Amino acid sequence: MDVSLIIFPGANCDKDTSLAIKHITGKHPKHVWYKETTLPKSDLVILPGGFSHGDYLRSGAIAAKAPIIKDLIKKSADGIYVLGICNGFQILTECGLLQGSLIKNNSLKFVSRNVRLRVIRNDTIFTSNFKENEDVNMPIAHHDGNFYIDDNSLKKIEEEGRVAFRYIENNAKHSPYNPNGSLNDIAGVYNENFKILGLMPHPERAIDKITGGDHGAKIFESMFHSLSQ
Amino acid sequence: MIKVTVYITLKKDVLDPQGKAIHVALNNMGFDKINGVRQGKLIEINLDTKDFDEAKEQVKKMSEQLLTNPIIEDFTIELE
Repeated sequence: MDVSLIIFPGANCDKDTSLAIKHITGKHPKHVWYKETTLPKSDLVILPGGFSHGDYLRSGAIAAKAPIIKDLIKKSADGIYVLGICNGFQILTECGLLQGSLIKNNSLKFVSRNVRLRVIRNDTIFTSNFKENEDVNMPIAHHDGNFYIDDNSLKKIEEEGRVAFRYIENNAKHSPYNPNGSLNDIAGVYNENFKILGLMPHPERAIDKITGGDHGAKIFESMFHSLSQ
Repeated sequence: MIKVTVYITLKKDVLDPQGKAIHVALNNMGFDKINGVRQGKLIEINLDTKDFDEAKEQVKKMSEQLLTNPIIEDFTIELE
């Protein structure tokens, strides 16, 4: 499995994500600077979390116009798999590879804590190692994670089963369980052909039991198992 | 040179928690006749041209392609 990781100025989860990939696959992904114009040969491209370009204008808006994104859009039309985590998710919505938008958390606060998530389907390359409707824990850390989309498009996303993860009730004393006001408690969505996934939680921060849980590792394991065959 | 101002506002259906926070703060300060507050953005662009039509066309493209996100925002352009 060839993995590329696009690095933007202001990214801060690139090393964790790189480590997660190494942890699961045995080798680090290729790091690709945002000013590059062509992606190396990749089965999967990951856009890591962080604060690309300081979140200026809108989170992900400026990164979405980076030279490398043009090639990403082209290659995703050819069938490459794409994963956007947190700021990576924001960049994917801003460049049009995913629908919707991540607006300011309804609390107006930066929220950094663990959330309980439901894995809605386990038949995509990103979730094949989960059980159907499995409930997992992953950390979030964001200010703009409030998934918004117009009513008709939301209905279509739901009908097509393109919700990947939902925030659900947990036993902790966090209230409300939906940390940001996302419509339908959406924490992650797929594109039309399920080859592109964007999610606000950080799976790369949940790959080891000694550092707060390993539920996120299953996303990397799913991708590895699906794409190595 | 033409100075162009782009006013960016959240679409009516999009919740604006910042506007709401401002609304509450103003109420707390004693301004009690407020019926709603929405927060937006203003971007000023100076263009090296004398052609108003060209300026408007250029800034419209900029607004559609980068300055605004059409899913959540509307914009108006003012030239001077």
